[in-house]
Amino acid sequence: MSDSKNLMDVALHLGDNALILGHRLSEWCGHGPVLEQDIAMTNIALDLIGQAKMYFDLAAELEGAGNDHDHFAYKRDVLDFKNLLITETPNGDYADTIARQFYFDQWHYLLLQELANHENERLREIAQKSLKEVTYHQRWSSEWVVRLGDGTNESKEKMQHAIDDIWYYTGEAFMPADFEKGILPDNLKEQWMSNVKAVLDEATLTMPSDEWMQEGGKTGSHTEHLGYILAEMQFLPRAYPDATW
Amino acid sequence: MLTALEQNAWEVLNLVEDPEIPVISVVELGIVRSVIDDNGTLKVNITPTYSGCPATQVIEDSVIEALNKAQLLPFEVKTVLSPSWSTDMISESGRQKLKEYGIAPPADHSVDKMALMGEERQIKCPNCGSMDTQMVSQFGSTPCKAHFKCKDCLEPFDYFKCLK
Ligand SMILES: [Zn+2]
Repeated sequence: MSDSKNLMDVALHLGDNALILGHRLSEWCGHGPVLEQDIAMTNIALDLIGQAKMYFDLAAELEGAGNDHDHFAYKRDVLDFKNLLITETPNGDYADTIARQFYFDQWHYLLLQELANHENERLREIAQKSLKEVTYHQRWSSEWVVRLGDGTNESKEKMQHAIDDIWYYTGEAFMPADFEKGILPDNLKEQWMSNVKAVLDEATLTMPSDEWMQEGGKTGSHTEHLGYILAEMQFLPRAYPDATW
Repeated sequence: MLTALEQNAWEVLNLVEDPEIPVISVVELGIVRSVIDDNGTLKVNITPTYSGCPATQVIEDSVIEALNKAQLLPFEVKTVLSPSWSTDMISESGRQKLKEYGIAPPADHSVDKMALMGEERQIKCPNCGSMDTQMVSQFGSTPCKAHFKCKDCLEPFDYFKCLK
């Protein structure tokens, strides 16, 4: 594999994470528990989808085949997607969505901090831009973990359940795929664990213990959920190619 | 020293409104990063505010339309990501116009942080000037704003979040 192919795969991996999680969050539009949080989730979705576009533009440049960002969002199938499995897990209830966002944001923030100093200029500028937005995401999801964890008996129980339930999707981010070696940092786990623990402590929640972790998303082995996401997301451009509005 | 073409282009672009806050121009908002007369070809660089801001495409289209209309041909409009946009790029006149329009302009980084962490009395109400205000949500009507309310005049308002 050439360096450029690996870098393109990294761009797709980062773009796919943002696109799929952004799509998941957009499913909350009109269904949020209160208006302000409906708006928060759709704002975060917008940021992520905007970030996906920047990574897909980079992938298109590296590929050099004349494709644009829409090609990567709409014209690839499940096996081609390299997103972390955690991003495709269903929204569940509000606590499930918060737990997923919290784990992801904590990783995303650390990753972008590193990438903001990356030797590759294009990756570096996308990260510098995204980091500003993800700082807000991370603050929002951490606050909700604390608010629900250190809340009523019912909210605490639901938050703990969600935190435990999605835990085994968190390990994959720290298991490097071949294409990312030498491009993405491989030393984020310790800091992530300690940051996650600090928030869970404040939320009076119990940190799940390290055990077996689900993996495969980065290399195209996805859960059954991704096919449904793509079916909805890709329907229009596939049924009506080159449609405009 | 600006060339006549550059001078002309800045004036034209200063009339292009932001689609979401139509009292402020894309120049005042800091979206137009540079205007360069490259041997008669006008090269304009613009930068998005937030990555997912839906206005980005509209702004690019309006900039192109304005340059076409003013016949500042030939020109090239390019979107650049670096240096990434920050609220420091909003001009003083832009901040004043935001305030008059009812949007609290971005505060200092440290004040902004306290305000968005839920500390009260940090952001001035654009309606009555009271400091007795409270954040309702970190996320507001567009990606760049947070939602506040004034406890004095009871007016809900948008606060333009500081982005560094
Ligand atoms: Zn007031």
